[in-house]
Amino acid sequence: MGNKTALYATHQAMGGKLVDFGGWDMPLHYGSQIEEHHKVRQTAGMFDVSHMTVVDVTGSQAKAYLQYLLANDVAKLDGNLGKALYSGMLNHEGGVIDDLIVYNLGDWYRVVVNCSTREKDLAWMNKIAADFTVTLTERPELAMIAVQGPNAIRIASSVVTAERAAIIADLKVFQGLPAGDWFIGRTGYTGEDGLEIMLPNEQAPAFWQALADAGIAPCGLGARDTLRLEAGMNLYGHEMDETVSPLAANMGWTIAWQPLERNFIGRPVLEAQKAAGNSHKLVGLVLRERGVLRAEQVVSIEGCEEKGVITSGTFSPSLGYSIALARVPRSIGSHCQVEMRGKQVTVEVVAPNFVRHGKALI
Amino acid sequence: MSDIRKELKYLSSHEWARVEEDGTVTIGITDHAQDALGDVVYVETPEVGSRVAIGEEAGVVESVKAASDIYSLVSGEVVAVNETLQDAPETVNSSPYDDGWFFRVKPDDLAELDEAMDAAEYRELIESED
Repeated sequence: MGNKTALYATHQAMGGKLVDFGGWDMPLHYGSQIEEHHKVRQTAGMFDVSHMTVVDVTGSQAKAYLQYLLANDVAKLDGNLGKALYSGMLNHEGGVIDDLIVYNLGDWYRVVVNCSTREKDLAWMNKIAADFTVTLTERPELAMIAVQGPNAIRIASSVVTAERAAIIADLKVFQGLPAGDWFIGRTGYTGEDGLEIMLPNEQAPAFWQALADAGIAPCGLGARDTLRLEAGMNLYGHEMDETVSPLAANMGWTIAWQPLERNFIGRPVLEAQKAAGNSHKLVGLVLRERGVLRAEQVVSIEGCEEKGVITSGTFSPSLGYSIALARVPRSIGSHCQVEMRGKQVTVEVVAPNFVRHGKALI
Repeated sequence: MSDIRKELKYLSSHEWARVEEDGTVTIGITDHAQDALGDVVYVETPEVGSRVAIGEEAGVVESVKAASDIYSLVSGEVVAVNETLQDAPETVNSSPYDDGWFFRVKPDDLAELDEAMDAAEYRELIESED
């Protein structure tokens, strides 16, 4: 038996198919992951993401610590209360230990990391923290519910207190603020507008029920995966890991090279890779005929001996055909070959971004 | 709890077979299989007039989660395929034993079905997998 979120019994009662996910018993779907996917693109769906790890960083050197720990620069958040930043947390070899979101909360920061990487993340964060005046506090008492879709904010606002609705109304995209003992962020992992709401575990089942009663569809992690893949968002352990440079994982934009004097973990290696011209990049693949691209399938490109690999692949419910993310040699052109079930199949190469705000981008 | 039909025969790879009144044999995948696969997005059936053989791949079912080969429980000639599945593969999820059948075979030797599992044996198999 795995770890259980505060919503475990609720998922069971609502017919969720519970599976192991990074050591947690989580709902894969509540009947059809494709229907749940469409709900999020067309109206609103909700996900239990309480398995994610929340760590608060406090202390006089909180900012300096995160500026060294992360490839992106939290100084970009200065003066912008609640603003969030996406970043890789790298090792000294320039590989990705994890990707995360950090919120600026004035004199402290809230960091959200993945669940499957929790132990190594905390060990690394604590190790680096030893040289700084900071305190790291994990917040396992918080559940997290992601409400996503074009109608998500409107519906969620209707079932919270007037004070919280007012906070939601003022939230900008990629901003999160405390709301009493809750924390509400206008963030997500679906390519749709929406909220990620942290709240005390004991309040989570009633809030989930209120959202369901207001018409928000409970969705499992299956739909979460197809939604994030359509949106071209990385999943740790697939698009990147400790052996993959962020430059080969479409995370170049998350590396803050300026100011030059900021030293962050992995910087020397990344600068050398950048100067040499990084050998691989992350692209999108599209297969418009039958068949589904899958992770670990081998990608071949004409005139290039070196192979690429599909990092995530799925059937795209929004597009009606298969899409994938693949890490490939930089020399790739407009088409490549993928070995699928023993056959070489020609697929189209596109930017790693397929669907946003309900609209196809390819 | 998986739906297992008493009148059907089964393979350990989760196909079922039903003997029709005209002596042909209909093949599909079980309720347990569709549940494990999740939403089915493509089904590849053999062509009418082609031959299928026990132990040889006769088709493919692809879901959001995985691709899986389909095997026949009898050898023979394919006399019908379920065209519905081309446009509505989700029928496999909603009706695995009825509207979601895959193909129909005119068997060389109906006695081949005796080798397949009956409902009780199949139930035992999937319970041991859980």
